[in-house]
Amino acid sequence: MEKKDYKRIVDSNKPKENRIANSVISFLVGGFMGVFAHLLSDFYQFTFDISSKDAATFMLLTFIILACLFTALGFFDKWVNFAKCGLIIPITGFAHSVMSAGLDYKREGPIYGIGCNMLKLAGSVIVYGIVSAVLFGSIRYIGGF
Amino acid sequence: MTYLYSFLFVGIVCLIGQIILDNTKLTPGHITSLFVIIGAFLDIFSIYDWFIDNVGPGAYVPITSFGHSLIHGALARASDVGFFGLFLGAFDLTAAGIVSVIFFSFIFLLIFNPKD
Repeated sequence: MEKKDYKRIVDSNKPKENRIANSVISFLVGGFMGVFAHLLSDFYQFTFDISSKDAATFMLLTFIILACLFTALGFFDKWVNFAKCGLIIPITGFAHSVMSAGLDYKREGPIYGIGCNMLKLAGSVIVYGIVSAVLFGSIRYIGGF
Repeated sequence: MTYLYSFLFVGIVCLIGQIILDNTKLTPGHITSLFVIIGAFLDIFSIYDWFIDNVGPGAYVPITSFGHSLIHGALARASDVGFFGLFLGAFDLTAAGIVSVIFFSFIFLLIFNPKD
């Protein structure tokens, strides 16, 4: 069989992803995450009488705990498959990546399983975050913007 | 009204991520790393600060704010102790996020087993 024909048959049998539906779902899910974050942050600010920055940190902690717990209970993976970037781009995606990598490697033991592999996916975020922060920070510090 | 701004800001950031994910060969790992770099880059000219002031707490939710907090802590320390403050202060603001992710993941990993 020619390579072209083969490629055509493979393409016609690929499951089609509806890109517009994906985009709308991730926009809506992300948007409601934002509204929920805002509500939670306001709630903390008025209940505990703290500054808006501390309230935002508490709100992020709440999201992280919930994402870790739901991943451990097993149904957060289905939500991520449904909402895709709506849950990956918010901080929940960071917590989910740490937790799911930990669950995958748990049976290899506490040191070489959990300890070594927990930050497997989240490590790239931390590495590139630190490198870009120091690089762009020195640009801003030296440039004096 | 600020709730609407939060909705639009987080929604649009997620929408951009989804469009990149669907139309290129990049994986979610690439996209989150890219967004952290973008968040740090936007802070060179204080653009992300402007978003946080005007949008409110919603602007802390996307992963871009992680890059913003890293560079912000670094610059705050640098204004106190000079250039090497960039290295001392990078984790100042993000410490809560990273510590809580590692701590709670570890605790839940001890309690729960993977479900297949």
